[in-house]
Amino acid sequence: MSILVDKNTKIICQGITGKSGLFHSQQCRAYAKEHRPGEDVFVGGCTPGKGGTEIDGFPVFNTVEQAVQKTGANCSLIFVPPPFAADAILEAADAGIGLIVCITEGIPVLDMARVKRAMVKSTSRLIGPNCPGIITPGVAKIGIMPGYIHKIGSVGLISKSGTLTYEASWQLGNIGMGQTTAVGIGGDPIIGTTYIELLAMFEADPKTESILMIGEIGGNAEIQAAEYIKSHVTKPVAAFIAGATAPPGKRMGHAGAIISGGSGTAAEKQAALEAAGVVVAQSPADMGTAVKKAIEKRK
Amino acid sequence: MKIHEYQAKQLLSAAGVKVPRNVVAKTPAEAAEGYTKLGGEIAVVKSQIHAGGRGKGTFKQHPDQRGVVLVKSADAAKDHASRMLGSTLVTIQTGSEGKLVSTVLIEEGLKIARELYLGVVVDRESGGPILIASTEGGMDIEVVAHKTPEKILREPFDVEAGLRPFQARNIAYRLGLEGPSIRAAEKMLTQLCKFFIDHDCSMVEINPLVVTAEGDLVVGDAKVAFDDNAMFRHQDLLPFRDLSEEEPMEVQAQASGLSYVKLDGNIGCLVNGAGLAMSTMDIIKYHGGFPANFLDVGGGANVDQVTEAFRIILADPNVKAVLVNIFGGIMKCDTIVTALLTAYDKIGIKVPLVVRLEGTNVDLARKMLAESGKPIIVGTDLTDAAQKAVKSLGA
Repeated sequence: MSILVDKNTKIICQGITGKSGLFHSQQCRAYAKEHRPGEDVFVGGCTPGKGGTEIDGFPVFNTVEQAVQKTGANCSLIFVPPPFAADAILEAADAGIGLIVCITEGIPVLDMARVKRAMVKSTSRLIGPNCPGIITPGVAKIGIMPGYIHKIGSVGLISKSGTLTYEASWQLGNIGMGQTTAVGIGGDPIIGTTYIELLAMFEADPKTESILMIGEIGGNAEIQAAEYIKSHVTKPVAAFIAGATAPPGKRMGHAGAIISGGSGTAAEKQAALEAAGVVVAQSPADMGTAVKKAIEKRK
Repeated sequence: MKIHEYQAKQLLSAAGVKVPRNVVAKTPAEAAEGYTKLGGEIAVVKSQIHAGGRGKGTFKQHPDQRGVVLVKSADAAKDHASRMLGSTLVTIQTGSEGKLVSTVLIEEGLKIARELYLGVVVDRESGGPILIASTEGGMDIEVVAHKTPEKILREPFDVEAGLRPFQARNIAYRLGLEGPSIRAAEKMLTQLCKFFIDHDCSMVEINPLVVTAEGDLVVGDAKVAFDDNAMFRHQDLLPFRDLSEEEPMEVQAQASGLSYVKLDGNIGCLVNGAGLAMSTMDIIKYHGGFPANFLDVGGGANVDQVTEAFRIILADPNVKAVLVNIFGGIMKCDTIVTALLTAYDKIGIKVPLVVRLEGTNVDLARKMLAESGKPIIVGTDLTDAAQKAVKSLGA
């Protein structure tokens, strides 16, 4: 088992004729071919105005609606440039795509506020934007992460950061552990899915035995997650918070990674998580071992 | 993108938000003319920099001169302006290096009955914009929020519909306004929230919002910042950018597609990915060192970007060692090493360079490093790399 992604997931890419869109669609298709030969996992893409054509074997459609009708896709990977990304997300939701994964970085924050508002009644789930995507090792890769570092295993991984997710997965691999599913939720102030919803899914997933949560400075999502863990999560949880050394008022790459007015610091997040019984890695080199410690602590 | 108070007031005024009558002056003579033009007895001369705490701030060149002063004559306006313009203002927010003042704002004095606080920001929790108000105007709002959280009023509003008039009235009554001030507040609050949305702001702060003796509401001070990601649809706002207010290296990095933030330490960092870049700073500190910067070369860094990144890091005279931390995912490690070695030759790196590589094609990349003949220190993992970088300072 896993969360969000399973053997029934059929993927299209919005923005498939762009450079990144095509490259990563090819990578995701190759991952599926390697692990599930003979199955159709990545079924096509959309670019308005290029419908009816084909690109490297992927059928291209003008609209998501058409792509869904023709391919039965239920998941969309979005590589549309920032000015048009919000519209692309809403198009996918309108076409009934259940899982929308938006990789695009640099979407105006008020566009995301509009998306959030428009999706209140939608049954679609949005992951991201500004995220590396989702991978269920051995089943499907829907994003830009290198597939081979994610081993099949029992850790549920939730992270705001891309390369830090790779680092964590690599560390887990070194100690013989892998993931049920790894989800990059994105580093923007307004995102589709946050820690709590994913914690609940991992808690309910029978294959997931422990959870690693990677956060960073800015906002209070990690603190809310800590409160949730305290009362709802029975599985062992480990965490790391990036940005302990970041100065206030400076944006650290991610739009959401900024300490404003003394709140959103790494120290307060670490304290809240520890108070909830989470094993917090003090050094980013210890993310993998922190999971091990969390498991041993529960024994 | 931040803008100056006088620019913010110009934009707010155009959007129907009431600001004091004012004159912008670049010379002492213009300041004197401004005072005369305003025609009142009292005027305020305000130094224009992108930092708060100006009223209590003083100038490096004139330790007795404050950044904001009341004046009662054209001569006094000229006098103060002559000490402000071309001088460096140091406030609690500027750091000890201060900021150069090249513009002053001359404003009519207001008959102040009360001072309130208004702010509009994006609220992560409600996933949309929020209006924040308080009776404690003129104070540091963070301090108010910390000490007396009950004095902070929060009103999330709809990004499409804007702040509804009833929401504005609710806030107005809760702030203890009455009589003609209620109507004034209804207008100002709704306009302010509309301004926030229309201009894709990341922050609008009116502190203080002045309630005049007549019950009118006027913007005392204004801080406005725009969402950098939305500037593509606000080309008209680009001329408001003041590059002299920004760290020159951060501006240069931005132009090369790099994300760079200067810090106070002495170990330069070059990393791919924002989260890993922050973590690299953290692990340096964890092992007793001090990072000199945050630098994210992004996912698809090429030779030019890596070269530029080195140039920016090494331009900081405090940098005594550099730690490169790359987790090659889609980006292959050997590509990074090619870029690294090319940059090394182009720049001529004279400080110890510690490189930690992991990910795709790492073995090939390590072999290339070893065979390069360059005195590059290889870190086997994050901890090893950070320890070696810290240790290299003592060598």
